Amino acid sequence: MFKASRTQSKLLGYMLLAIALIFADYNFPQTKQIRIWMTLLVTPIQWLVDLPGQTWTRLNELVMAREYLLEQNRQLRIQNLLDQRQIQKLAALTVENYRLRGLLNAAEKLDEKVILSELIGLNPDPFVHQVIINSGSEDGVVLGQPVIDSTGVMGQVCMLGPYTSRVLLVSDSNHAIPVQINRNGLRTVAYGQGNYDYLALADLADTEDIRVGDILVSSGLGLRFPVGYPVAEVTEVIHDPGRAFAQVKAKPTAQLSNSRQLLLVKIGYKHRPADLDLSNWDQ
Amino acid sequence: MVKGNATWAIYCSFILALMLSAMPLPNGLEWGWPEWVPMVLIYWCMALPHRVGLGTAWVLGLLVDLLQSSYLGLNALSLVLIAWITCLLYRRLRMYRMLQQALAVLLLIALNQFISRWGQALSGNTASNFMYLLPTLVSALVWPWLFVVLRSLRQALRVN
Repeated sequence: MFKASRTQSKLLGYMLLAIALIFADYNFPQTKQIRIWMTLLVTPIQWLVDLPGQTWTRLNELVMAREYLLEQNRQLRIQNLLDQRQIQKLAALTVENYRLRGLLNAAEKLDEKVILSELIGLNPDPFVHQVIINSGSEDGVVLGQPVIDSTGVMGQVCMLGPYTSRVLLVSDSNHAIPVQINRNGLRTVAYGQGNYDYLALADLADTEDIRVGDILVSSGLGLRFPVGYPVAEVTEVIHDPGRAFAQVKAKPTAQLSNSRQLLLVKIGYKHRPADLDLSNWDQ
Repeated sequence: MVKGNATWAIYCSFILALMLSAMPLPNGLEWGWPEWVPMVLIYWCMALPHRVGLGTAWVLGLLVDLLQSSYLGLNALSLVLIAWITCLLYRRLRMYRMLQQALAVLLLIALNQFISRWGQALSGNTASNFMYLLPTLVSALVWPWLFVVLRSLRQALRVN
């Protein structure tokens, strides 16, 4: 048994050590790299947690009825046909777009490649909207890389490990994404509110033309997200004469809380302003 | 951790608690999810204070921090405090009736929640919402069952 005084000095030591760690983590972004390596320690736990869900899906696939699979196959074929038609149109549009951009001397060529990734975990803390995905720097993921699902922008990679990484969702209260209204091109910023159901557009003047049902697409102005992906749909516009700004809420179009298949978009912005401070991100 | 028999059982229970705490939950349920790791720690500190103490708590807290991506050291701080209090009071806690024990657990988990809320405020999340205290209540309600399960595990494997 420990003597009381010895336990107390031990307590003091451990507490000081913990506080020093918090201080270092809070003040020096350089410690992020150490943290990334330490995350390897808990990666097995994250894999284990995901195992039951994975096994369930596998088993489901295994015992699925043949008819069901055939039906699903047929439907996917039809969907594929419809999508192909869209893509054919898209090819023509892309060429036309390039030509027009050429005419306008626009600098950016919007060429995007994607990495397919799968969600393997959620952040257990409900205040922090982050998900864990099963690809990391070994798969070519980079810090700050935009993440989308089939219906819209999910977020961006905020912590990069060798085999897994963390994605900060657009709904996290530390996240903001530059957007524009698809209807009229009005630019604004959508702030996460710590709620999966809405983002807030905090800096729109009362007189701006914005209506319920407007689609917000990424404007690409922060040079982080690609241009033109849907981000949210406006659900609520309140004009309060007592306030300088309109209060606008928008629902994220991405399935923030139930998407499993995610796409990481590689964007090749050629011109990055030199004065843009990315020191916290590009390590 | 001092050497003794069936150390693996203690490790396994901690890993299981970490897994439970990192489990993806349906929307809404994550607010009322018990704090598994501090509870399991409280149990082992109470049952075997000579084997599970501040060092174990510190390492465990670091792992929780890595899983939650909170500030490194935050959960280490709160778990060390919890372990210290439990190791100080283990004789009294063992004598307590289940209800009193659950009440003690409630207070210890509340301490944990306050510290982690403080960390969230530090990272810029200042949403005023008292939902973060809900896990304390749920943990206290779950405690009797967890206690019985862990005790029967300890007795079956003769961990001492």
